[in-house]
Amino acid sequence: MDAPPHANRTHSNDALFAYTLRLGDNCLVLAQRLSAWVGHAPALEEDIAVANVALDMVGQAQLWLALAADLEGQGRNADDLAYGRDAGAFRNLLLVEQPNGDYAKTLMRQFLFDAWHHPMLVALAASSETRIAEIAAKAAKEAAYHLTRSRDLVVSLGDGTGESHDRMQAALATLWPYTGEMVLADPVDEALAVTGAAPDLATLAAIWSDAVGATLTEATLVRPADGYAQRGGKQGVHSEHLGYMLAEMQFVQRAYPGGTW
Amino acid sequence: MMSEWPLWEIFIRGQHGGSHRHVGSLHAPDAEKAILNARDVYTRRNEGVSIWAVRAGDITASAPGDKGPLFEPSNSKVYRHPTFFDIPDDVGAM
Amino acid sequence: MYAQQIKTGARRLKSLAEMEPQERAFQEHVDAGSKIEPKDWMPDGYRKTLIRQISQHAHSEIVGQLPEANWISRAPTLERKAILLAKVQDEAGHGLYLYCAAETLGISRDQMLEQLHNGQAKYSSIFNYPTLTWADVGMIGWLVDGAAIMNQVPLQRCSYGPYSRAMVRVCKEESFHQRQGYDSLIKLCRHGTAAQKEMAQDALNRWWWPALMMFGPPDGESVHSAQSMAWKIKQNTNDELRQKFVDQTVPQADYLGLEVPDPDLRWNDARGSYDFGEIDWEEFHRVLGGDGPCNRQRLEDRVRAWEDGAWFRDGLMAHANKKADQKSLGRADAA
Repeated sequence: MDAPPHANRTHSNDALFAYTLRLGDNCLVLAQRLSAWVGHAPALEEDIAVANVALDMVGQAQLWLALAADLEGQGRNADDLAYGRDAGAFRNLLLVEQPNGDYAKTLMRQFLFDAWHHPMLVALAASSETRIAEIAAKAAKEAAYHLTRSRDLVVSLGDGTGESHDRMQAALATLWPYTGEMVLADPVDEALAVTGAAPDLATLAAIWSDAVGATLTEATLVRPADGYAQRGGKQGVHSEHLGYMLAEMQFVQRAYPGGTW
Repeated sequence: MMSEWPLWEIFIRGQHGGSHRHVGSLHAPDAEKAILNARDVYTRRNEGVSIWAVRAGDITASAPGDKGPLFEPSNSKVYRHPTFFDIPDDVGAM
Repeated sequence: MYAQQIKTGARRLKSLAEMEPQERAFQEHVDAGSKIEPKDWMPDGYRKTLIRQISQHAHSEIVGQLPEANWISRAPTLERKAILLAKVQDEAGHGLYLYCAAETLGISRDQMLEQLHNGQAKYSSIFNYPTLTWADVGMIGWLVDGAAIMNQVPLQRCSYGPYSRAMVRVCKEESFHQRQGYDSLIKLCRHGTAAQKEMAQDALNRWWWPALMMFGPPDGESVHSAQSMAWKIKQNTNDELRQKFVDQTVPQADYLGLEVPDPDLRWNDARGSYDFGEIDWEEFHRVLGGDGPCNRQRLEDRVRAWEDGAWFRDGLMAHANKKADQKSLGRADAA
């Protein structure tokens, strides 16, 4: 944990804080990655579309991080969490911090994430924690569209030209080791699953695997073999990439402390 | 390089009923993606609840040179307008 | 402006009496305030000038994404990040509407992009200046979008239907752009630290003159300007719009407590307008000609995006063709 357990916080609040931080950080980090394409995407229509996804993700990050800050009860707000934490205090999946690479890698990362994110949000919309359920219900609609789009593009590009197929296949191979973490439960996931605040990740694993399998087949892409799943993001042990991303993202806040923006 | 993505004309029906209206065009490789692109390009401000996409090349338009024969004859059909008829005030609203 | 120094191909303005019947009918139509639509007859010069102007306008929107996109990753709050993302996305949308409007004149988007990428087509000089600090983002919203709006509002009444309709949409969407920029500067200048205010003053010092140059050199005796006005694809002279911009903007700078970097700037009671200093037109021509601080960088960015994206565009087209083939095969089987 980034902060030592506070005396007047219950254990369940700690877990909820950690959990909402994960949800928020996933959105924030992915938004940061996606927004790098704005002005540089491969077609004008695609530029506008990728900006829409990035915008949705910033919006979701704001909601989750505001809830996390509230649960933490330390007087921080969403911006404090986004701009005031070092990499070790971020709780996002390793998958979303992977560099953009070519557009194939960006799209494949998006699809692999959306195929998990959407069913995750649908399940969370039925959470026993009302505030989680409310945010998830709103976010699930956005995620449904993200999945429609990224799935459609993966299928088309997989089954497009030789080059587009090869690029998508290469992206899949690079990203596959980072997908296992999405459904690898740790004590935080388990604690929330027990109370019905969050879904059982084993159930989600099956949904994800089926959806991804069907899409890859349609895309004429070969599903990589499951090897060791890279992990650590959810506990704050990240790849080297995250530090650079945060250095850029947090630069203005750090160079002008106490500013009003 | 292959051929350019074809041009689509986009029609959107707004929140409050009414017909689909032409809002503009965009490029897309196929009809499905034309709909997705239209959602992203033309409904960024909550403008619509239904989208039609039509290949621009599939639209048949009237020729501007026919403007006279096509549209002017209806000018003289004044009896198609309610104000053509005088109804006595005594009859009441009609 | 977003379209600067558009050539019309005209050597001198023709009178109605000198025109052939077709052209006279066209000009009378325009004079009456009616719209010209894509399939209507139009003089060759009108068509070419519009293609030049609309595509330059579109290129400006697309290249114009870059200086602001440069700060999306560093926007200082989540809300500012979202606002900037939405704003830069709007610029892409405006470029798209404009390219589509130009396409109705018989040129394809790919052809226009080719002209941008090979340096044949121009875009507004303003986007060849760098965004060095966060305050530059606010400055672009306030000054650059402010100047653009001044030009785009009258363009809604331009004689060419598709251009005019695109501008109606653009103006409606642009209304928040200038305000978000000014709002961000209010935060820096009136609620921020001394360092933040200094950042804003530095940005104004760098953006003021380039913003005034956006309106283009004085029209003077320019036949192109006169022709464009006769065709109603330009409604005001460059100097009229520039003066209007200065008059509107100086009080806004005062409110921010910022000093406009022009020692000759003073209110002229007799004219009811601000007098202002001489613009460095040599700099304008140099930047437009390719030697601004960022010309090469901006163009390289756009060319790279286009070239690196070829496999994506081709891949999607190939898939669409495969599906269409399967469909027609299926239909043939059924028949």
